[in-house]
Amino acid sequence: MSSDPIHVPARLDRRQALAWLATAAVGLTVAGRLPAGAAEPADHPHGKRIGSDPVLNKTYVPGELWPLSFTPAQQAAAAALADLILPPEAGGKKPSELGVPDFVDEWVSSYYDETLKDRPIILAGLTWLDDEATRRHGVVFAKLTEAQQAGIADDICGVRPVKKEHKAGQEFFKRFRHLAAGGYFTTPQGMRELGYVGNTPSANFDGPTPAALKHLGLA
Amino acid sequence: MPIITEKELRADYDVIVVGSGAGGGQSAYTLTMNGVKVLLLEAGRNYDPATETPMFQTASQMPLRGMSTREKPFGFADATVDGGWEVPNEPYTQASDKPEEKFWWWRARMLGGRTNHWGRISLRNGPYDFKPYSRDGLGFDWPIAYEDVAPYYDKVEMLVGVYGSNEGLENTPDSPNGTLLPPPKARAGELYFKKHVAKLGIPVVPIHRAVLSTRQDHESFPRRLFPHNPTAQKLTADSMKARAACFWATDCGRGCSIRANYQSTTVHLPPALASGNLDILCDAHAREVVLNDQGKAAGVLYIDKKTGRERLVKARAVILAASSGETARILLNSRSKRPEGLANSSGLVGKYIMDTVGAGLGGRVPAFENLPVHNEDGAGGHVYVPWWLYPQQHAGKLDFARGYHIEFSTGRHAPNLGVAGPAGPGYGKAFKEELRRTYGSFVGFSGRGEMIPNKDSFCELDPVVKDKWGIPVLRFHWKWSSHELNQAAHMQRTFKEMIEAAGGIAGSPTTGDKAIKPGGFIIHEVGGGIMGADRAKAVTNAWNQCWDIPNLLLNDGSAFASNADKNPTLTIMALAWRACDHLIEEMRKGNL
Repeated sequence: MSSDPIHVPARLDRRQALAWLATAAVGLTVAGRLPAGAAEPADHPHGKRIGSDPVLNKTYVPGELWPLSFTPAQQAAAAALADLILPPEAGGKKPSELGVPDFVDEWVSSYYDETLKDRPIILAGLTWLDDEATRRHGVVFAKLTEAQQAGIADDICGVRPVKKEHKAGQEFFKRFRHLAAGGYFTTPQGMRELGYVGNTPSANFDGPTPAALKHLGLA
Repeated sequence: MPIITEKELRADYDVIVVGSGAGGGQSAYTLTMNGVKVLLLEAGRNYDPATETPMFQTASQMPLRGMSTREKPFGFADATVDGGWEVPNEPYTQASDKPEEKFWWWRARMLGGRTNHWGRISLRNGPYDFKPYSRDGLGFDWPIAYEDVAPYYDKVEMLVGVYGSNEGLENTPDSPNGTLLPPPKARAGELYFKKHVAKLGIPVVPIHRAVLSTRQDHESFPRRLFPHNPTAQKLTADSMKARAACFWATDCGRGCSIRANYQSTTVHLPPALASGNLDILCDAHAREVVLNDQGKAAGVLYIDKKTGRERLVKARAVILAASSGETARILLNSRSKRPEGLANSSGLVGKYIMDTVGAGLGGRVPAFENLPVHNEDGAGGHVYVPWWLYPQQHAGKLDFARGYHIEFSTGRHAPNLGVAGPAGPGYGKAFKEELRRTYGSFVGFSGRGEMIPNKDSFCELDPVVKDKWGIPVLRFHWKWSSHELNQAAHMQRTFKEMIEAAGGIAGSPTTGDKAIKPGGFIIHEVGGGIMGADRAKAVTNAWNQCWDIPNLLLNDGSAFASNADKNPTLTIMALAWRACDHLIEEMRKGNL
């Protein structure tokens, strides 16, 4: 059945393919651990999950299933960083205008093994961002000029060697970018920018266009 | 979907079917089309794909962008509710703490069971697959041959609607002309691989999938299915007319509100209900099969999960199709007259459970970068590679005895949370441009291979642990042999060769023990009640009847004596149809 993870052949989706690629590269296996549970802290603020039988065919918004965590300051820092990482195209909206920071908040506020790992990294990272901005320029990250924001981002994004004192910042940046990009490119605007034009009904599956075949030397 | 309440139960039925998935749905359909009064017990809740399926929902409309969670392991939008490798209130246990000796048991407690979620890959077993022992001396032969099952493969393909092509390949049977629906065109990446792996001798052909690429021929199919049964023809034709063709959007794993793909709930149950011969009782967890004084099955003791109360329902025959593991559990828990459980004089109930060998490898193909934008949604992978090394294997040139097929993932899938995963460091305009350039250039291959049954892979009742209703749970034992481990390693090496043949950069293959997915992970659980010609060495006979209790049938994957690389669902349905035809005949003759 199952599982031509789901998938997909039905069970092999792109995320899994990527996971395989990533794990194969470091010589690990994704197989091997049963979902174990009980790893979560007992003092989590709400402990709410999606549950095994959610209503599937409705639209959800962050904050609907469990309360969000960001302080106004963290919200502002997350919006500024998301907009720096994913600058809008001409005529497009900023990630902060598309609810991307709210998605990151939803993520770090949720009660799953994977998201709980991100929670301290993201919350502490956003606070560090403001502290670092204040130390360098006397104002919080969101109040910096784009060039000043870039000065901090360049130190932690990994394009050039990262100093020892910025290693935690690097881990934060990596996870934040992962979440912000995932949040952004799953919006209608993000999907359009990426070149995803599916999710639309058609009478026939037309296959690749002549231009695509030509691109691949198959025409 | 209309269901009954306990108050509406009849005093007795002709047949009780336990489980509403592929085996149970098919059994209910075949029996009710022939006028048999059936009660279907489903342990999960009622479920209606027409109203519940999240068609067209995008990730940004789902919690956590639809990511996979413990409760929804295949992502938020997956059709499965109250299911997965963990089910609330229904634990199972492992005999060993070692990861490689654990079995991941997937269940779906909902009407239609696992058919709501599966990949719908519908491959016929070939002639070799029913006689594996005769070919290589390993495992067991089935007491039936391909020729016995072929007419039922024809029927199932027509009923559920399967797209695919006839390629005339070894041990990969063709279907009679006019049975399969036309396959969709291959995607750009699929065509590219077809061209570039030809030099490796690897054939890429259209896959067979239970999706309506066109509407079914509702005039000829029902006549071919039921030549002398106008009632069944009409009911089936009406159901076929109510199904729409695929519109090539929305992942099949979400289910299908327009009934373009096969789910028990889109294909089997609607006409069965329309016949007036079927009652469905949901939230009814079968605990035990009850015998009469003659030692025949007389009914089923079930627990109403809403009230926790036990109740007995009676019938002339009982069909278990609760999933291989759950069927074994019911038999082993039916201990009121026999301490070893029912139908277990061979001692083989729960023994020889099998899954499919699974391993994968991903990579990136630069040729796919900047591909001109077009819609590649389609319906699952459109091509696959059937096992192609039969001659080499038969000549003893491989270090594993059985084959595998290869499933593809290429193309411009709907973006998900992992979109930035493989990008290099950086941010801003350059980062976005990198993602845009590489989007659609990632590929993944999944091997799905045959596991040989072994005595170390089985389930039994846990002596201590019980579920919420006090029913003893299963404890699993699991072990791979070198055949499976070597096969998994071969899969990864092959995928690397394929990716490199297309000029791509592949992940690194590893050893078989690391490459292989855990037992149960592929969710092709079969065995535990294997069929055989010798009642001392099998639980069921060639008609899925328990040797010890002829009016008790195992119509899920339990009766599989081997687990070919071909995904088991189509064979489960074909065997269930065949078993029910035989059951009807025996009931008419008064033999049961």
